[in-house]
Amino acid sequence: MPTSAAPAPDPALKAKLIGALSAFLPASALLHEREDVQPYECDALSAYRQLPMAVALPATEAEVQRILTTCDALRVPVVARGAGTGLSGGALPHYNGLVLSLARLTRILDIDPAARSARLQTGVRNQAISDAAAPFGLYYAPDPSSQIACSIGGNVAENAGGMHCLKYGLTVHNILKLRAYTIEGELLEIGGDGLDAAGYDLLALLTGSEGLLAVITEVTVRLLPRPTRAQCILAAFNDVVAAGAAVANIISAGIIPAALEMMDRMTTRAVEPFVKAGYPLDAAAILLCEADGNDAEIVEQIELMKRVIECSGATEVRVSASEAERLRFWAGRKAAFPAAGRISPDYYCMDGTIPKKALPEVLNAIAQLSEKYGLACMNVFHAGDGNLHPLILYDANRPGELAKTEQFGAEILRLSIAVGGTITGEHGVGVEKLDGMCMQFGPLELQTFLAIKAAFDEHALLNPGKAVPTLHRCAELGGMHVHGGAEKFPGLARF
Amino acid sequence: MQRAQPLSEIVDQLVQRISAAAAQGTPLCIRGGGSKGFYGEQPRGAVLATGAYRGIIDYAPSELVVTARAGTPLAELEAVLANEGQMLAFEPPHFGPATLGGCVAAGLSGPRRANAGAVRDFVLGVRLLDGMGNDLSFGGQVMKNVAGFDVSRLMAGALGTLGVLLEVSLKVLPLPKAQATLRFELSAADAIESMNRWAGAAHPISATRWNDGELLARLSGAGAAVEAAARALGGERVDEQHAAASWLAVREHSEPYFETQFPLWRLSVKSTSAMPDVPGAQLIEWGGALRWLATDADTHRVRAIASTCGGHATLFRASDKAAGVFAPLSPALMAIHRKLKRSLDPKGILNPGRMYPDL
Repeated sequence: MPTSAAPAPDPALKAKLIGALSAFLPASALLHEREDVQPYECDALSAYRQLPMAVALPATEAEVQRILTTCDALRVPVVARGAGTGLSGGALPHYNGLVLSLARLTRILDIDPAARSARLQTGVRNQAISDAAAPFGLYYAPDPSSQIACSIGGNVAENAGGMHCLKYGLTVHNILKLRAYTIEGELLEIGGDGLDAAGYDLLALLTGSEGLLAVITEVTVRLLPRPTRAQCILAAFNDVVAAGAAVANIISAGIIPAALEMMDRMTTRAVEPFVKAGYPLDAAAILLCEADGNDAEIVEQIELMKRVIECSGATEVRVSASEAERLRFWAGRKAAFPAAGRISPDYYCMDGTIPKKALPEVLNAIAQLSEKYGLACMNVFHAGDGNLHPLILYDANRPGELAKTEQFGAEILRLSIAVGGTITGEHGVGVEKLDGMCMQFGPLELQTFLAIKAAFDEHALLNPGKAVPTLHRCAELGGMHVHGGAEKFPGLARF
Repeated sequence: MQRAQPLSEIVDQLVQRISAAAAQGTPLCIRGGGSKGFYGEQPRGAVLATGAYRGIIDYAPSELVVTARAGTPLAELEAVLANEGQMLAFEPPHFGPATLGGCVAAGLSGPRRANAGAVRDFVLGVRLLDGMGNDLSFGGQVMKNVAGFDVSRLMAGALGTLGVLLEVSLKVLPLPKAQATLRFELSAADAIESMNRWAGAAHPISATRWNDGELLARLSGAGAAVEAAARALGGERVDEQHAAASWLAVREHSEPYFETQFPLWRLSVKSTSAMPDVPGAQLIEWGGALRWLATDADTHRVRAIASTCGGHATLFRASDKAAGVFAPLSPALMAIHRKLKRSLDPKGILNPGRMYPDL
């Protein structure tokens, strides 16, 4: 585990840091005893754990700024943390660093129903935005599966997606303005209340930058009118190739569904006992295809989608006749990850995105790998935008199984790159996919990333060791390839 | 596509030109179709022509993604998409024989922007040459991709100051199944109020434009949705041919409003902002978020108004640009801009001064 490998923190530095921070932070906002900082040792990728030197919980933007200038002066690494729901270890502490928890910055500063925007402190929960906008018939569209808990600042840092991003876009498409601080405590006001801003598109650059460039304290988001209602089609296919073809046919027919999801048989069989969704369990794959909008538009879209799906060889097509039935269709998809946790002691979630046309090839390859490694794999797929989440089921207590899982995962990542895709669609690189970055990018691209990092953070104090691997790390990996030895688990560090 | 030269040779030559310019510290002026020479600060340096590196590389309509070389004429690309019932949803203005590379570098979006998104929203990946001639690829051909910083989107609107675009992958969308344009006679204040109210009510509005007491609103989408919205909104139905010509004229600045002897300002502001109190004719787009202003009013005054409205002002077309084209940045942001420029173009040879004097 990384904990055992990590060097010990510098006690003198810690004393200096605590001394400097306690000059302006109340005791309740500064944690440094082992039992107090323990809850911050990991994010939702709990296989990676590391105790931080200290945790600061500022309640104001001014405190955030002072914390940053203090850490800059002492050269203490800073790991910004929202709700800690990230899946790639992006908020994993630094052994000699400060965790900057933004969880207390939870005020909704302003909702402007006429201009359809909301100004939020960085720690506001994703779901809380839509709840606050609901009285105006508005909502915030990006809906990552963790939306009940995850914070808007974290969403921006990871460019969070969700089930509806094919139609409504990712975080980057739904934000207008940021307030962020550099490690030197300089305020950056990025974007604006209009639809663009002067200069380079730093709004896009900061989105998905995983806390490496600046610390976001405030986000202004766009709100959308809530669709009148939604309706869903559940379609069964007796092979994944036909299901993949149906997805292509839907898009080719000029339809952008509100959501378009696929689950394989392994998944439907895993979730059905828990959710009783009534999935056809003999089907090789099922598709969930949703339309939203006003009544007239839904009727027209559902009719068209149904026809296309039927012509694509579906063995069964059901259209939700009520909101209750629609939610039942979705219950299984939403329960896929928990179900994996129920049927297997451990599971490892992958996040590659692939061109949709490569789906049959990739699913077949995953099936072969599953056999090769003797590990089951459930496949859930944001089919509309090609984001595949294979869930590899394993038991960490069984000797060798973790290593096999890592290799299996690495092969899936390599496959994603080989078919023209990416190692991560929405979960981020964090610490988890650093080696995958070496596979996806060459040294020149990585150098550019490092130069961009340095443009914001010269001394590499913001979230060091995340998102962009050092060239040294990649060279070592490359060296191992050359020597032909067994790969040291690209795509995953040691647990 | 008739090209005498193999594509790899074209790239090699571009690399050589850039490397030589970097070695000598001589500026290069990147030029695709030459349609947007009017935009931004005065182009300077030896022309680096990219138009020969053209053609569509990959296009599978069911992927909703197209990848093309930067020199591909925008019109050619749009025709290929239209043939498959798809489009560039940001409805880019051409302003002449535009290329894809120039379209992305200029970062300008047309009437559909408020509803569909901007150029940057549709950029998925780029291949570019940096200021040292390094051949780099970022992003990809998939819609969700969070591996590495988003250098691809950073290129949109960077006016070629951060790299010479070679290839671009864009998300595309289906053409709407139905369209209708409605005409209203409204004051500016009422038009601004109406556009914002409609946008909050889930009507499938794809473009709006107000000028001189006339508001046009375009509806696009499923047939039933367009008809339902047309009934709900009221107004007078404009016949399809006339409507198409009107929206093209808005996009290309060929409607009479734009024939002005005054400097033309582009104000990107909060959509609900009141009409700026300044002399000169105004034209509103993007549901209120874009205001064109033809005025000889003082630069500081125009910039102050835009800033009060939560946005910024660009001196879009003018014979005298001495006061600066783009809104000045805060010192903190400018410092970041300089460092970003240095990280991708250390010798400062790519379109120097096109955006800000020291970039």
